[in-house]
Amino acid sequence: MKKLLLSSVVILIGFTFLGRLSYLQLFRFSPDQILDDPAIKKIYDYPERGYIYDRNGELMVGNQPAYDVMVIPREVKPLDTLEFCGLLGIEKAVFLDKMEKAKTYSPRLPSVLVPQLSKEDYARLQEKMRHYAGFYIQKRSLRYYATNSAANVLGYISEVNEWELKNNPNYVAGELKGHTGVEKQYEEVLRGRKGVKHIQKDRFNRDIGPYKSGKLDTLPEQGKEIHITLDKKLQEYGERLMHGKHGGIVAIEPNSGEILAMISGPTYDPALLVGRERSKNYSKLHYDTISKPTWDRSILAQQSPGSPFKTLNALVGLQEGVIEPNTKFRCYHGFYVGNTLRGCHCGGGVRDLNSGIQQSCNAYFAGVFRKIYDKYRTTDEGMDVWEKHMKSFGLGNYLGTDLPTGAPGRIPDKAYYDKWYGDGRWAASTIISNSIGQGEIAATPLQLANMTAAIANRGYFYTPHVIKNIGNSGAIDPKYTEPHYTTIDRKHFDPVIEGMANVYKYGTARWIQIPDVEIAGKTGTVENFIRVDGERMQLTDHSVFVAFAPVENPQIALAVYIENGYYGARYAGHIASLLIEKYIKGEITRKDLEKRMLEKTLEHEYAKPYSGEPFKINEYVW
Amino acid sequence: MFGRGVFGRIDWITIILYALLVFIGWINIYSTSLTDQSTSIFDFSTLYGKQLFFIGVSLLGIILVLFVESNFFERFSSIFYVVSILLLAGLFVFGKTIAGATSWYNLGFFNLQPSELGKVATALALAKFLSDIQTDIRTRKHQMYALVIILLPAFLILPQPDPGSALIYFAFFFVLFREGFPLYYLGILLFIVVLFVSTLMFGTVWVTIGMIVITLLVYTFKKASLKIPLLPVLGVIIISTLFSLSVNFVYENVFEQRHRDRFTLWLGLEKDEKKLEEIRKTIGYNTYQSEKAIESGGFFGKGFLEGTRTKGDFVPEQHTDYIFSSVGEEWGFLGTATVILLFSVFFLRLIYIAERQKSDFSRMYGYGVISILVFHYFINIGMVIGLLPTIGVPLPFFSYGGSGLIFFTMLLFIFLKLDSNRLKDGI
Repeated sequence: MKKLLLSSVVILIGFTFLGRLSYLQLFRFSPDQILDDPAIKKIYDYPERGYIYDRNGELMVGNQPAYDVMVIPREVKPLDTLEFCGLLGIEKAVFLDKMEKAKTYSPRLPSVLVPQLSKEDYARLQEKMRHYAGFYIQKRSLRYYATNSAANVLGYISEVNEWELKNNPNYVAGELKGHTGVEKQYEEVLRGRKGVKHIQKDRFNRDIGPYKSGKLDTLPEQGKEIHITLDKKLQEYGERLMHGKHGGIVAIEPNSGEILAMISGPTYDPALLVGRERSKNYSKLHYDTISKPTWDRSILAQQSPGSPFKTLNALVGLQEGVIEPNTKFRCYHGFYVGNTLRGCHCGGGVRDLNSGIQQSCNAYFAGVFRKIYDKYRTTDEGMDVWEKHMKSFGLGNYLGTDLPTGAPGRIPDKAYYDKWYGDGRWAASTIISNSIGQGEIAATPLQLANMTAAIANRGYFYTPHVIKNIGNSGAIDPKYTEPHYTTIDRKHFDPVIEGMANVYKYGTARWIQIPDVEIAGKTGTVENFIRVDGERMQLTDHSVFVAFAPVENPQIALAVYIENGYYGARYAGHIASLLIEKYIKGEITRKDLEKRMLEKTLEHEYAKPYSGEPFKINEYVW
Repeated sequence: MFGRGVFGRIDWITIILYALLVFIGWINIYSTSLTDQSTSIFDFSTLYGKQLFFIGVSLLGIILVLFVESNFFERFSSIFYVVSILLLAGLFVFGKTIAGATSWYNLGFFNLQPSELGKVATALALAKFLSDIQTDIRTRKHQMYALVIILLPAFLILPQPDPGSALIYFAFFFVLFREGFPLYYLGILLFIVVLFVSTLMFGTVWVTIGMIVITLLVYTFKKASLKIPLLPVLGVIIISTLFSLSVNFVYENVFEQRHRDRFTLWLGLEKDEKKLEEIRKTIGYNTYQSEKAIESGGFFGKGFLEGTRTKGDFVPEQHTDYIFSSVGEEWGFLGTATVILLFSVFFLRLIYIAERQKSDFSRMYGYGVISILVFHYFINIGMVIGLLPTIGVPLPFFSYGGSGLIFFTMLLFIFLKLDSNRLKDGI
């Protein structure tokens, strides 16, 4: 026993040690520990972000160099502060303050002293910088905008936030990333891949040479350029026309679903969110809660579509076989719901499909709507059928565009009204407002444009999108090249389109005619209300116009929604006609109309509810 | 193979193992202390250069030891002991302070650490005392003498302060056990350690309940024929409970916070994972870094001179107490297992040699040597791989340091010299 004691102890210790070592080195070891090895510093080499071009190859977004003056506080030698501040163009107090902050952050690591010098300042400073120990100039790449338009479509890039850092190991602190619009949607493509150098450090954080002689290092991979479907000229022109007006415009190429223009008013110059003034500008835009420039009305504003929606009701009526194109309804300068007369501005008389659309007769469409529901045994069944048809036009749900935001709009269903009125306590006459696009229906300008494109195509649409091609491959997500068929047969579109063509030729939009261009369109005048300080008030009607042109072989389909622009043709119609002319003919012949539209603003309308004074709406001042 | 001289009779297996350990140790010191400016391995301004010099000095020491008459060590053991006690006492007056511990004499070219000399001297003196024909370790009186021989230097070293070195002297108890010192002392010691640790981990109440439960179980399942008197057992439980209570008092009032932190870390006393991790990275920084370095080596290691944490100097004191972490990082599990195996074989070989001695003195001295080496090895590697709390002792033959290497070598080779003479003694 006593002879074996020490031997047993030695063997026992040996096994204990081997056990612990296998736990540490075999069980707990993981080969990618290099990621959190404090002895390896990773230095990233950022590739240039991909350029963004429009559909015609015109540059929209590029890059520009920016120069930051950096400081490593520990290496700074006594200097002539006054002279140096003069050189940098900053106050001495600011300089001392920044130096103090840099020192607090870290005496060993570089901090930004003066961000984003201009090119001229850089040229001037570059020569003299080496006289000041501890200071140097670092080059960075910023976005450069070759257009002052499309801010909300293009989006902006900004530093990754903490949540993204935690959830995506591809990013490191301080890195720039697309946070809205195309910059966000195509981040992966535009970003490229950063190169990485591994540097061996000691515990004082000093570099002591490349790790494994740079065997693991990678080179940066350039970001890919992308072409988007916007037409830069059309986009810029549309934004100029939107000057002083609130609302949204979306133009789509019907036979591809490509978005030609996407305009939200008011908007801002994308260059505002780049450079030294970025955060100041951002707060200003972000906190403007009345005009909301960063809120993209073209895809987020869900409002009643108004009369353009009548075309869909007509199509559903035809498809369900409850009307023929020559089916007639009488208009009594309105129509009766029970004993109450609902008004109509069409002039009265007997209306068929063609003249119903042409003069936007409310009574005609109320009749059609009732017939659709009357076909079925119960209102619920009728509702289901109607809802199915409407949703096949991309209404009432997200369209699935390649933009990171969007809104579903609303096509009400029976559950919606059961909740509102109670089960079985509503009928077609209760929800008759839906027949004329008021009521509970809501759609975004994008949805209206898409709906118009589906009519232009006689029965199908492509999911609207902004990507044209990525890099040189030309390939985009196949979901944007697949047609979506509506539930309406092709043959039913012709009479409706004929009516829409007559709207332009003889009807509510005859004031907007363009020489030699045939348009099919539909005006809309949307009643709307607002609540200010709890008081509900009616405002001047929204002016809405949807159209496509040319009638045969359509090249552009668009929806223009001008808030408080009064009747449909007044603002929306005229702006739409200018955009169509610009797109199809390339130039504007009606210079006086153009001048009027560019100059007129609706600011006085938007000020009304906030003025605190009683005001009139729908004033016919032109 | 070397004829009938000392080189013919010495145990070459031990020498080869020794040489391997010293070589592997130096390789790792080289790796931890290599810088970009390094040129030659004989550059004596570098740590690995100095260690090479110490290895050379050790070789001279070996030759010296081997050519001294064998019975010189036995005859002069008392004098060595007295001299080393005087040297230890002298530190209080003439000592040089390095890193907070007054453990060295400054000899100009060399810092002498008498606690290292003390280990050799105590091993010799203890062997001499125990092998005396008049000594009977079974008597209380002689047990007392033996304890004084062992603990006197320890008490002189403790206030330097160098608790690690002082602790090492407890290794000599293995010599006593080998020579018939009752084994139940070891049992009692183990029982006290278990009581201490379990009190910290579970609290006095549970410790007492645990003891009562175990007693009940034993009484329930023991053979009917086996009679265990109840009264002494109850006495043990009561005394243990009192001891357990005093542990809490001592822990809270006598221990300092840094000691408490080490226990907190070692036993995982802090239940909050985040706080424990915090303590691990601050108080337990050295162990944390060394564990991480070993862990990152994996099975094959990162390769010689490729250890990033070693190169980056992340493990403090890596060339001295934490040298084993460098083995772990650069040579992986293959390396660490090899070193553990080498040490184990080395110790077992020494035990075998000790047991074959005909002279009592030689055997007892041998046991002293082995106990000292095993204790260093156990405490050092246990600490570096995170099994034991931080106690600063070097790894024999591995760690950087002149006094350590030279005296460990002397310690060992005196034993090998005695061994080479075992046949002569018999004649």
